[in-house]
Amino acid sequence: MDQQEIQTQQKREAEGRQESTNAARSFIPVTDIFEDNHALIVVMELPGIQRDNVDVRVENNVLTLEARLDYAKYHGLRPLYTEYNVGNYVRSFELSGEIDQDAIRAELTDGVMTLTLPKAESAKPRRIPIS
Amino acid sequence: MATYSDPFSALLALQRALESRFSSRWLARSPSGMGGYPPINIFQQGENLVAIVELPGMERKNLHIEAKENTIRIHGSKNQNDLKEASVHRRERSFGDFDRTINLPIPVNADAIRAEYNDGILALFLPPAESAKPRSIEIS
Repeated sequence: MDQQEIQTQQKREAEGRQESTNAARSFIPVTDIFEDNHALIVVMELPGIQRDNVDVRVENNVLTLEARLDYAKYHGLRPLYTEYNVGNYVRSFELSGEIDQDAIRAELTDGVMTLTLPKAESAKPRRIPIS
Repeated sequence: MATYSDPFSALLALQRALESRFSSRWLARSPSGMGGYPPINIFQQGENLVAIVELPGMERKNLHIEAKENTIRIHGSKNQNDLKEASVHRRERSFGDFDRTINLPIPVNADAIRAEYNDGILALFLPPAESAKPRSIEIS
């Protein structure tokens, strides 16, 4: 079967519950979320973001990602034609299950961040034997 | 005295500069010129052009770039890793094939184009062809 063609998605701007003090715009990374028996897997697209500039945390069952763009690379470049804007990325998700916080793993490869959030023992599904 | 953080206003200035050139007429309006995937920004850097393309999560072997005179073609396929036995909560990323050709208003030196792919960003450094460089005219 032929693969379908990709459509360009407009970047969505972040609209936080509270406004941040800086006027620069932040964007919401497109995200896939999967779950298997062991973990929740969150995959986010962060083009142009380097490992050192990403902050991931879980607080009160809310997963938050903040990524800062190193825009120094744009120094000396004069835009002629543009189709997308750049900026920091922010996004947070309320987690439904218990996560083993100490075991969270994060990997950033080619602008794609993969977060593996292992479930806490108490949150893993149990097989119920039928007597 | 409080100083208002310069880094943020620098980012804002960059964002405004990018916005001011949104879909400018600089790139010829051809069927494939606008709105295709992947999204492209084009900059001037000295006498060179630089195209910066957002293409997160590509395998290099699936990314192809061709150039001839003033035409640049970027094509490839973005594939998803299989996640077996996982249930899907949210699916926002898109996958598939892409093929995009842009016509620059000036010819480039195809042999001297340099391409870099880092952090999900493809950067193409496009030196102008000799014929497109300005010459100074001596007044006799």
